[in-house]
Amino acid sequence: MENINLTINGLKVSAPAGSTILEAAHLAGIRIPTLCYLKEINEIGACRMCIVEVKGARNLVAACVHPVNEGMEVYTNTPKLIQARKKTLQLLLSNHDKKCLSCVRSGNCELQQLCHEYGVEDENYFEGEANHYELDTSAAHMVRDNNKCILCRRCVATCEKVQGVGVIGANNRGFDTFIGSAFDMGLGETSCVSCGQCIAVCPTGALYEKDYTDQIIEAIADPEKYVVVQTAPSVRAGLGEEFGYPMGTDVEGKMAAALRRLGFDKVFDTDWAADLTIMEEAHELLDRVQNGGVLPLITSCSPGWIKYCEHYFPDMTEHLSSCKSPQQMFGAMLKTYFAEKEGIDPAKIVSVSVMPCTAKKFEIGRDDQNAAGVPDVDIAITTRELARLIKRCGIEFTALPDEDFDDPMGESTGAGVIFGATGGVMEAALRTAVETLTGEELATLEFSEVRGTEGIKEASYNVAGMDVKVAVASGLNNAKTLLNKVKSGEAEYHFIEIMGCPGGCVNGGGQPQVSGDVRNFTDVRGIRASVLYKNDAAKTIRKSHENPAIKKLYDEYLGKPGSHKAHETLHTSYVKRTIN
Amino acid sequence: MLSKKSTVSFHGTEEQEKALLAVIEELKDEKGALMPIMQKAQDIYGYLPIEVQTMISNHTGIPLEKIYGVATFYSQFNLSPKGRYQISVCLGTACYVKGSGDIYNKLMEKLGIVGGECTADGRFSLDACRCIGACGLAPVMTINDEVYGRLKVEDIDDILAKYE
Repeated sequence: MENINLTINGLKVSAPAGSTILEAAHLAGIRIPTLCYLKEINEIGACRMCIVEVKGARNLVAACVHPVNEGMEVYTNTPKLIQARKKTLQLLLSNHDKKCLSCVRSGNCELQQLCHEYGVEDENYFEGEANHYELDTSAAHMVRDNNKCILCRRCVATCEKVQGVGVIGANNRGFDTFIGSAFDMGLGETSCVSCGQCIAVCPTGALYEKDYTDQIIEAIADPEKYVVVQTAPSVRAGLGEEFGYPMGTDVEGKMAAALRRLGFDKVFDTDWAADLTIMEEAHELLDRVQNGGVLPLITSCSPGWIKYCEHYFPDMTEHLSSCKSPQQMFGAMLKTYFAEKEGIDPAKIVSVSVMPCTAKKFEIGRDDQNAAGVPDVDIAITTRELARLIKRCGIEFTALPDEDFDDPMGESTGAGVIFGATGGVMEAALRTAVETLTGEELATLEFSEVRGTEGIKEASYNVAGMDVKVAVASGLNNAKTLLNKVKSGEAEYHFIEIMGCPGGCVNGGGQPQVSGDVRNFTDVRGIRASVLYKNDAAKTIRKSHENPAIKKLYDEYLGKPGSHKAHETLHTSYVKRTIN
Repeated sequence: MLSKKSTVSFHGTEEQEKALLAVIEELKDEKGALMPIMQKAQDIYGYLPIEVQTMISNHTGIPLEKIYGVATFYSQFNLSPKGRYQISVCLGTACYVKGSGDIYNKLMEKLGIVGGECTADGRFSLDACRCIGACGLAPVMTINDEVYGRLKVEDIDDILAKYE
């Protein structure tokens, strides 16, 4: 592509034609501050933080949307700009509650960071009328605090464009503008799917998950309770970011050590249950293929996707695998199999999960998720909450040794760990399904066609003389595109993996927040996913059906995949919902 | 806040629904169809309650919130029906300095609604308007075609009592 030559702060810069000033500056190592800009998602030039001076231009221009021209002279840090940005920040603060001390985002708030950088010494410079909003706590998974909202609309754009949901938007006009739902419904009354992608992109503390860290501390302190924790694959790929490790650091060993020091009675791994999910789901797939069941079969691991399907594709719920998600399978086995084995009353067990996901908070309250007559999982926290818990309890994370998970529900394979990346469940299922169908060992375990961070991937494999067609989608707008193709008959598949969040769980709504500055120029999904693929490659056992702890579970308790007992404990049902 | 669910129950007819669906069918594939659809829907129903906005959403695939966002942004869209008696209080400069703000507030208090809304019994709706060209009579309000000038807050009870 043709390159454009310009100067930024006197430096000669060459950038591809069509680049914005912001992108060209990034290439030259110059950071221009942003608050509303999200690459390809929210390019509206509204917050006025990225303003720059362009020689000959009448006004200050927004670098995030202004394209570069040949010979352009750009200045990004003149006294005029610094004063203008500072004033913009002060104006934002004039209608902001400024309660930084008690704010969940204090320390990684993008507004706070910019106020610090620009030396905003008087946060009440423009004191005057301010809006006061009640918190929206109606959803199971999150809170909206519009007193901290700066109307950047990142959440709105993400909900509509990335997730194809669009239950939040700007209501009213001018000073009365606020982000909310239609007819002032609480988020919990809408068809919000609980994915939490809005939280992931919020620059301030206006959106945050419902925090259950105190309940965990209390449960651990209660001698009557037996408190067990499970951690999803993606948590180990993200948690390190909260403790200063570079993105893409695997902190599995330190995480297990930290959980043990927090006082959990058992430190187990959701990866174990991921292997179990594969056993059940691969069996379900083979059963549907061989016995004329409803196809394509669609995965059911992602509770955001499940809720989306129930609201937006209610006529397709019979395509969903009846398998519970790994989180729920784990909880079910904990309170039946493990409880019986150890002679513990399931009512005394507190089943805690650490998830990269906010929809898991919704999932634990679903019907038909209580194998032992009590909820399979009692408390689901996000990766961010776990980091908070570790800090609150004074555990020096970086100084911890690497430790292993406990037996038996801590033993897992490489197939289980890749669940956290888009295509991972598909690959894990294929490893087991192909070997089951052919009765032969796979020469290579990598199904590279379904790897990578593209939104929709398709592949076809010849297995025992039959063409098995598969597709993988992540991000619900991609899921919508794919499902509409299936509905119209334009595409036919046997098996589809869908993950609610773009890139899969590694980029889940409960993962450490990545500021816009970093997110816009970093392949967050790819870097975090690489942790899981490396973890898989380093494992000696990489196929779910070879997990000795899972084999033992079937021998001792479940019989075989798809057995009556497995159905009673590991499978669930769905409902049809409406769009609000 | 002018954005609230209407307290007046919805009485759409089959003819109205048919007319709306025809409008949607005609416009929905055009770019920027939402505003014209909403304008025509308001022509058909007189206002845009949740029932009408939901119909538009279901038949266009546009999220309900997006429609509501547009409806609350533009003051030309009404979320509440008009009452049998439409009260309009002038908040133009002359009336305002003569105290029409107090009249407006008193009416909101008396009727239990805010501007842009309609009472649950469908009797009164209340709106603010700009100068109606009767500054000599300021402060002024109109109820349907009747003009009331040189108003005082104490007059309101007697005036409202005239409308059943």
